[in-house]
Amino acid sequence: MKVVILGATSGMGRAIARRLAERGDSLFLLGHEPEELERSAADLSARAPDFRGNVGHAHCDLREPEDFKMALTVADRALDGFDTVVVTAAVFATQEQLEADIDRTEELLRINFTNTVVFCEHARNVLLERGGGTLCVFSSVAGDRGRKPVALYGAAKAGLSTYLEALDHRYRSAGLNTICVKPGFVKTGMTAGLKPPPFAGEPDQVAALVVRAIDRGTPEVYAPSIWRLIMLVIMHLPRFVMRKVGF
Amino acid sequence: MTRASQANTEATLSGWGNVPVPGHERLTERIDRASEGAVLSRGLGRSYGDSSLPPPDRREVLGTRLADRILGFDPQSGVMRAEAGLSLVEINRLMLRRGWFPPVTPGTQYVTLGGMVAADVHGKGHHSAGCFGSGHVRNLKLRLADGRIVECSREVEADLFRATVGGMGLTGHILEVEFAMRSIPSPWIWSESRRCGDIDEFIETIEEVHSTWPYGVGWIDCLSRGRNMGRGILDYGRWATAEEAAGKPLPNRPGIPIPFMMPGWLLGPLSVRAFNTLYYHQHVARHRRHGLRHPASFFYPLDTFLNWNRLYGRRGFTQYQCVLPKSAGRGAARTFLELLTSKGGASFLCVIKDTGPEGLGLLSFPKRGISIALDIAVRDDTQQLVDTLNELVISLGGRIYLAKDGFTRPEHYRAMEPRLDEFLQIRRRFDPEFRLRSAQSVRVLGDPARLVGEDETA
Ligand SMILES: Cc1cc2nc3c(=O)[nH]c(=O)nc-3n(C[C@H](O)[C@H](O)[C@H](O)COP(=O)(O)OP(=O)(O)OC[C@H]3O[C@@H](n4cnc5c(N)ncnc54)[C@H](O)[C@@H]3O)c2cc1C
Ligand SMILES: NC(=O)c1ccc[n+]([C@@H]2O[C@H](COP(=O)([O-])OP(=O)(O)OC[C@H]3O[C@@H](n4cnc5c(N)ncnc54)[C@H](OP(=O)(O)O)[C@@H]3O)[C@@H](O)[C@H]2O)c1
Repeated sequence: MKVVILGATSGMGRAIARRLAERGDSLFLLGHEPEELERSAADLSARAPDFRGNVGHAHCDLREPEDFKMALTVADRALDGFDTVVVTAAVFATQEQLEADIDRTEELLRINFTNTVVFCEHARNVLLERGGGTLCVFSSVAGDRGRKPVALYGAAKAGLSTYLEALDHRYRSAGLNTICVKPGFVKTGMTAGLKPPPFAGEPDQVAALVVRAIDRGTPEVYAPSIWRLIMLVIMHLPRFVMRKVGF
Repeated sequence: MTRASQANTEATLSGWGNVPVPGHERLTERIDRASEGAVLSRGLGRSYGDSSLPPPDRREVLGTRLADRILGFDPQSGVMRAEAGLSLVEINRLMLRRGWFPPVTPGTQYVTLGGMVAADVHGKGHHSAGCFGSGHVRNLKLRLADGRIVECSREVEADLFRATVGGMGLTGHILEVEFAMRSIPSPWIWSESRRCGDIDEFIETIEEVHSTWPYGVGWIDCLSRGRNMGRGILDYGRWATAEEAAGKPLPNRPGIPIPFMMPGWLLGPLSVRAFNTLYYHQHVARHRRHGLRHPASFFYPLDTFLNWNRLYGRRGFTQYQCVLPKSAGRGAARTFLELLTSKGGASFLCVIKDTGPEGLGLLSFPKRGISIALDIAVRDDTQQLVDTLNELVISLGGRIYLAKDGFTRPEHYRAMEPRLDEFLQIRRRFDPEFRLRSAQSVRVLGDPARLVGEDETA
């Protein structure tokens, strides 16, 4: 595979990129901090079979949608035509932090929803032009149901999930596999300050599921898998219960 | 929430010995940023005592294990540079089958590069390869207490380098480590073992075997006394040649390890004596050739039982590890074991190996002699036992290993460590205000428990 990853510098993106590099896939990294990209590219190169990885990278900041097209063009040239795009990049803040800071709220909504969708639209265009490929994007279980601790973050993810599901319906026959990944709580830098609930996952556990989904074209992935069940229960709780409980 | 119930739910942090203090880890991939202002770094928490725990006036330590990228590997020279949180498990997973192994490995692979440098770890090969930091690290990138980020090596900032290698995290936060991997002829170990009837035979055998074999470690039945005192089994090996391995693929899991250090705590005290006796005698031949062995079963037998440390129960345990110098004479190990067994066999198993010359790290543990390590469940008399053993070790000119320690008194440590003043001087030059401290540095080095002008619990 020839994969472009936005978000490979840390967390689950790092874990996915490693699995792909170790099995010999070609990678190109997009992200907003040049030095971080450089270091992750070195890490992934060293993991390639026979140490012969040659992972390139280019600047792409989710706050700057005007640059998305250019970044994807650079990646496309470096990989001589990519067939897979993975997006793990996003930002997080607690409901309390967001409620206290309207500018931060606006930025999170823009990065996690509007700009992520715009990025996906560019990627979709490139992939469809060449007859298809895979677009794998990280949403969240937080988008499955309106819940107290993730009202704002969850709303952006809900929008993203809806978009991704629709893309799958709309373009699968044209050869585009859209994969929506919905992690539950995963122990990464993003959640480091929070107390892990039961069933908290590890990044590499998620990465294994995601790589398998990419290989098979599975349109929706809950990771760790137990979260599919947990969300099934939560989706069926009546409103009067959801108003009472804290999650 | 009432005060009491808050205290009850307060997060705790402990070393491998499971003796907790209030505290938590701040985990982040970006230790380059987060190390600014942090009081201490912590890797995988495999040090036994309080080395990786915050001082009493702090709660938060910087968890490094997410900072785990390889920054470069040169397959010609074997030189690797990586972030300090990279673990040995990961290095082995990636490198073993590609023909590379770390130059030094401790008895568990669940350690980080930062922890390996900070404790200047030694392994089964100390007699031939020395310590990790002293012998094989070429360059370190550090975040100092004053906020600067610097590199140091044998040539550049040499004092800082000597104090950092073995310096238990007290000179700076190690951000990056550069060292040379060694190339191996096959991913398999070729091993043998020998039965030794008592401590004197044991030490003779170790010396003989280690003149030709690069790796070795001995297992002593600590319950045997009198004529049999110090009997046990010496397990040793080298990398198998390509011909010996004959292309045999290395499985991911080593299978059940040969129980050289079959932990007594898995058995319960009563059956330990029986087990040790049985184990000793099942090694019927005096000399056995095992042939090909999985390196994980050879280097990391205890890793098969993940979390075995919890079996010691609520009060936890400690490991007592000391080195008895060659200058103390051949009888030193016997004297030590006599004292130990007279105190009621504190431990079921005891690990023994010979150690080569002292490394350049100022607080590096090994020096030429014999190292003895034993696990001790924490009881009311543990402090007393450690004191007694320490007094003997001091009189023999030996010292203890800080990475294992939770009980040594400051005056005892000072008496064991003539290099301490030089270490403290260098450390003070880089950190006059003691911004970097640990629970251990407060307990053993006499650091302030609280910083002047600060009364907040951060
Ligand atoms: C089963 C078992 C077997 C062992 N066998 C051996 C052995 O054979 N030989 C041997 O030498 N040791 C051995 N050890 C001890 C172990 O190798 C050391 O304690 C090592 O330091 C643990 O590494 P860690 O990453 O877990 O560090 P931690 O335990 O988290 O920390 C240890 C020390 O290193 C410091 N530190 C960690 N990371 C950094 C950093 N990035 N910057 C600055 N300071 C840092 C900490 O502050 C602390 O003082 C063994 C331990 C176990 C549990
Ligand atoms: N962790 C969880 O429990 C959890 C649960 C549900 C959903 N998710 C979702 O899963 C995905 C991955 O999460 P994670 O936990 O792996 O997070 P992470 O470790 O914080 O990784 C997020 C990535 O996004 C990048 N990023 C942040 N802002 C950016 C910007 N403006 N432009 C470009 N890149 C930017 C980060 O780069 P830098 O590191 O360089 O800033 C980083 O690589 C996210 O979409 C997250 O919302 C996570």
